[in-house]
Amino acid sequence: MQQGMERVDAVLVPYSGAALRHRFLPLAESAIWFAPFLAFSLAFLVLPAAGLVAGSTEGLHGPTLRYLAQLLQPQYLMAYESSIELSAVTAVLGGIVGVLLSWAVVAGRIPRLFRSTLLTFSGVASNFAGVPLAFAFTSTLGPVGMVTLLLARFGLNLYRDGFTLFGFAGLVLTYLYFQIPLMVLLITPALEHATRWSEAAANLGASTAAYWWHVGLPILRLPLLGAMLLLFGSGFGAYATAYALTSGMINLVPILIGQEMIGNVVYSPALGDALAVGMIVVMAGVFLGLRLVQRGTRA
Amino acid sequence: MSVRRTSGFTPWLIVVLTALYFVVPLVATAQFSLAEPGGGVSLQAYAAVLRDASFWHSLRFSVLVALAAVLIGLALVVPAAYWAHLRVPRMRPWVELFSILPFVVPPIVLVFGIVRLYGGGVGPMASPLVMLLASYGVIALPYLFRSVDNGLRSMDVPRLTEAALSLGAGWGMVLWRVILPNLRGALLGGSFLVLALIMGEYAIASMLGFNSFGVYMLLTGENAAQQAAALAMIAFGMVWLLIGLLQLLGRGDISANAGAR
Repeated sequence: MQQGMERVDAVLVPYSGAALRHRFLPLAESAIWFAPFLAFSLAFLVLPAAGLVAGSTEGLHGPTLRYLAQLLQPQYLMAYESSIELSAVTAVLGGIVGVLLSWAVVAGRIPRLFRSTLLTFSGVASNFAGVPLAFAFTSTLGPVGMVTLLLARFGLNLYRDGFTLFGFAGLVLTYLYFQIPLMVLLITPALEHATRWSEAAANLGASTAAYWWHVGLPILRLPLLGAMLLLFGSGFGAYATAYALTSGMINLVPILIGQEMIGNVVYSPALGDALAVGMIVVMAGVFLGLRLVQRGTRA
Repeated sequence: MSVRRTSGFTPWLIVVLTALYFVVPLVATAQFSLAEPGGGVSLQAYAAVLRDASFWHSLRFSVLVALAAVLIGLALVVPAAYWAHLRVPRMRPWVELFSILPFVVPPIVLVFGIVRLYGGGVGPMASPLVMLLASYGVIALPYLFRSVDNGLRSMDVPRLTEAALSLGAGWGMVLWRVILPNLRGALLGGSFLVLALIMGEYAIASMLGFNSFGVYMLLTGENAAQQAAALAMIAFGMVWLLIGLLQLLGRGDISANAGAR
């Protein structure tokens, strides 16, 4: 009898089993679907980050700001300065060049084939980072790189004139190799959107300058800002490129954090925690900025 | 509306100059990797790399770990994103937030935090391989979430689910036979990006002491400059191949974020 009822029920209300379960155990059932994801994020992202905050603020005798205050020592302060400067410079330069390139291909009289090639290449180049990128630039602008030797033949000795690939300027040149294509990928959709209005503006008698000032830039302002923030983040977190290029001999925050740990051993945990928390704070600022920009774009 | 095209010289100048910036390092690397000490061209550096057993070992290791990271990421993201789309739209912003949070924690900080929390302990969590896979799983989340979310938006999740349930499918069957096949295109896009990212990853693997492909490249390059150039060309070819396949599938979103630079 009981079985028969159920069978009838199953025919009349096809997915009543699921519906019933949903009615009576909504929380438990949802938990099963979300639990693995949330537990993983908690265990390997939130807790490690919280652990760093805890480790950098807990002394032997209760909470302390002593470790975080270490960051104010000249060496660490300078590491943050150079890291932020490097990311900012490559974000702005990469942003400007990326926008110009994207604009040239979207709005210029350049064959269509070029456009898809540029986008594919940007996808490749923005992912071509780290160790191989450092090698490529060493082959190009290192002491015996092709371009270095070529320029020397024309009497321009880069390394005698104070340039080195293994310092700040070299890092900027190298980072741009992934920053520019990243900008192209991020901004091309917005630029295409913006140029669509140029015809309308022209029909209403606007000059090119007037179009950009009154229409183009206002449309692009937030997307540009958002893309540059992403570029900043991508430069700020970069480790492998800088490490491979300079053999770890440059004072950047990611490199300093890397020096604190070899294998599973951490040399001075509290200092490492403080350095890492500093990075999270900077990135959190960038993230909040991005969220504000996105909210502004939607509104 | 048609696009008003800017005629003239400037767009071309920009394209040519940037093209130079992007092509010259590749030409220089190729030339460096092919040059023979006495002049002339040889494939010796490539032969040396391909003959090296550690090249294949490290490459195999990185490919396997990258595939594992993709599978782990999918196993976490697909159920959560699916359920949020189907039943609890309120949860979607939360799932999204947790998926993009890795942006705030750069790879070097992530591995440092994980080692600090679990590295000193005992049991499975303290195993370097678990920590490696966990870090890569976290790195994969933003890419996988974005592609899964896009995929779910492009299909009628409730209707497909109800149809399958009414035909007697269980939840496992719904996911495996209905949702996943419809997500395939979107999933491949995100997965290829993650593969490209993790195959050359250096920071996390080196901190945990693994001889990954990235670590192998650096160790080899420190001693043999020509082989370094050859490896750079090989790595470039691999990324090109993965992104090319992704484009061929035509559904990829090839923008990247902080990732594993």
